[in-house]
Amino acid sequence: MDRAEIDRRIRTLIEPFNKNGVTITDDTTFQGDLEFDSLTVMDFVAAIEDEFDIIISMNQQAEIETYGQLVDAVKKLVDAE
Amino acid sequence: MSEGISQPDQPVTREARAKGDLFAKFDELIQMREGLLASGVEDPFNLVMEKVLSPTRAICNGRETILLGTYNYMGMTFDPDVIEAGKQALEEFGSGTTGSRVLNGTYQGHKECEDALKEFYGMDHAMVFSTGYQANLGIISTIAGKGDYVVLDIDSHASIYDGCSMGRAEIVPFRHNDIEALEKRLKRIPADAGKLVVLEGVYSMLGDVAPLKEMVRISKEAGAMVLVDEAHSMGFIGEHGRGVAEDQGVLDDVDFVIGTFSKSVGTVGGFCVSNHPDFEIMRLVCRPYVFTASLPPSVVATAATSIRKLMHGSNKRAHLWENSKRLHSGLKDLGFQLGTDEPQSAIVAVIMPDLTRGAQMWEALLKEGLYVNLARPPATPANMTLLRCSLCAEHSEEEVSTILGMFERAGKAVGII
Repeated sequence: MDRAEIDRRIRTLIEPFNKNGVTITDDTTFQGDLEFDSLTVMDFVAAIEDEFDIIISMNQQAEIETYGQLVDAVKKLVDAE
Repeated sequence: MSEGISQPDQPVTREARAKGDLFAKFDELIQMREGLLASGVEDPFNLVMEKVLSPTRAICNGRETILLGTYNYMGMTFDPDVIEAGKQALEEFGSGTTGSRVLNGTYQGHKECEDALKEFYGMDHAMVFSTGYQANLGIISTIAGKGDYVVLDIDSHASIYDGCSMGRAEIVPFRHNDIEALEKRLKRIPADAGKLVVLEGVYSMLGDVAPLKEMVRISKEAGAMVLVDEAHSMGFIGEHGRGVAEDQGVLDDVDFVIGTFSKSVGTVGGFCVSNHPDFEIMRLVCRPYVFTASLPPSVVATAATSIRKLMHGSNKRAHLWENSKRLHSGLKDLGFQLGTDEPQSAIVAVIMPDLTRGAQMWEALLKEGLYVNLARPPATPANMTLLRCSLCAEHSEEEVSTILGMFERAGKAVGII
């Protein structure tokens, strides 16, 4: 799966969690820009995990601060499958 | 002496932080706390009990107070046999061991305490730690290392998360009590990776019980080892008081049970019981067991005596259930929002609309002469503010009625009901 396709799918998944309608770029941060709390993070991560049939452990989540980093991380996990 | 209940700490005007002050990371929390105190309520996290009269009564700020937030489920703290065992050990073995369990810190009493646990759970091995926190920290960090996966409920206790971090295992959380979410995650973990599933019998924030029957089965089918923390169920849930795993008939499939002496047992300490044939090696490799002093002789003596008495506590268990049911239905009838639809344990969590009103309600109850726990984010699930009530087998039927009257008056005064 190429990066553009992963990006497109994650953009669809993030919609219900993007309550303030923030414009999402690769530099958008989850905590600062999107104001995700821990519960939102869990639900959002679960949605991505189900979509791509992967696991993003909390250790990996801790390394992901921006939207771009998330897409890259998911691509890496999907490629490793 | 206390200044009285309605004279809270005054907020202080603070100066700018010195450059390099590592406390800057706490600024947000410091401001939140100061804001709460400035609103006039007493600091809910700074209560001092001046005298303790019984498992259910204490003098707090000069006022006789009913205790409804102590986790002292079975009321063993003032049991005459327990007290006598502690006194005797104190006199015969001294005030402390001054040493690690693996050096000079294992006395006869520590072995007797472990024997009592083995008998209580019907298991081959028991290991006593200095606190329940250390039991989770030690066992989880030692058995799940780098490259292993720990699958856990998102609402797990801090000691479980800290154990995962210390062992550097991959942490995979799933939605609270969601069987399907657990199953999906187990299937996605690489087949050859080590897997530990960590569950709790009773979750202490809402007092709800885990569906261990299904979760343990799914975990074993996926080839995972299973650890269940029964801190809030020991002595009370299950035919022999062994906990939720016993109650749901899956205790034989659980690899490790973690527990504590600081709730039903009525003292302090933690433990792990297991049937794993090589369990004893833990005593040499588990750092939170090795690198700390063992429990004082009086503590293990009180624990052992209490555990043995809990084996025959079925009447007390029945009364505790009655108390839990009475409080739960009473609060529900008054119009309070509760953590569970039905009483599932000895914890009844009352959901507050927000932290400010939660703190007001907490203070109003204290003025009525009732102590409960105020629980707030981040310790609570879904950022809830909770008034957590934990019942005791020593609460009388009359006391539960008194408690309900206090809740009614306080709830109306604060405008929650």
